[in-house]
Amino acid sequence: MEESPLHPFELHNYIPMSLGGVDISINKAVVIMWVVVALVAVLMVMAGSARKLVPGKLQSMAEMMVDFIRGIIMDTIGKDGMRFFPLIATLFLFILFCNLIGLIPGSYTVTSQIVVTAVFACMVYGLSLVMGFLLHGVKFLGILVPPGTPAWLLPLMIPIELISQLARPISLAVRLFANMTAGHVILGVLFGLAISGGLLIGWLPFAFTIAMNGLEVGIAFIQAYIFTVLTCVYLGDAFHLHGHDEHAH
Amino acid sequence: MDSAAAALLGMGLAAAGFAGAGVGIGYIFGKMIEAVARQPEAEARVGKYMWIGFALVEAIALYGLVIAFIIMGLRK
Repeated sequence: MEESPLHPFELHNYIPMSLGGVDISINKAVVIMWVVVALVAVLMVMAGSARKLVPGKLQSMAEMMVDFIRGIIMDTIGKDGMRFFPLIATLFLFILFCNLIGLIPGSYTVTSQIVVTAVFACMVYGLSLVMGFLLHGVKFLGILVPPGTPAWLLPLMIPIELISQLARPISLAVRLFANMTAGHVILGVLFGLAISGGLLIGWLPFAFTIAMNGLEVGIAFIQAYIFTVLTCVYLGDAFHLHGHDEHAH
Repeated sequence: MDSAAAALLGMGLAAAGFAGAGVGIGYIFGKMIEAVARQPEAEARVGKYMWIGFALVEAIALYGLVIAFIIMGLRK
């Protein structure tokens, strides 16, 4: 049988460990996650420690990042959302660096594991539910009824809205996971073609991998951005039920 | 029909969903160019939504890929 295209995504335990029946082994994904956390922390601490009025390269990068995330939050949630800034900035930076570090040959894309993205998505969606019920109480269930729905349509609309709500965490998780996996599978297939094609024709798929790598860098940014924006949109839905608030946008 | 052949056919059919995403992405970029041609100063605002729409449409194509992978996993 041919080799599975998902073979590069398999994880092998470096140090097998288990805690009360739960597998907490150290594998490549865990190590890369530590690297990402260390990298983000060191970069941000370095950018923030020696602040100057005229920022250097690192400081202006960090300032642009903060401005960018603040813009997303202000556009989708509004001023109330700024208390979630640390969470959203952390999510954005972690996902972005995971995506980017995976593009280095020999490393591993942590976000191509659906466990990682599913945990993020469930956490974000759970947070939006908790915030909604805290802010609006039982009235938050009105999110299942779009404004202006006639009463006779309710038996139809509520199941539809319920499904669309439940699809949110799933689509959030699968989107990031599938984008990262698909990009690497395509690169793998192209490299396979380049090797099997030989010198005569193999340069063609090889040249295409360079373009694909460029696209993958773009996708890494876009997917981190989309995840952040959708996080903000879901949180914003919890803040402004049906978007009635005038400062929602 | 052989069940292995059926699995391969299913994987191919799942990949055929990419056609829809192709239409969608073409539509998004076409409309974006149209909008910017009409109102060039709106480019930054429209562009933001274009990238969101692009990623959403692309993700739908990838759901087909996920289904293909699921079939591949079931095949063994």
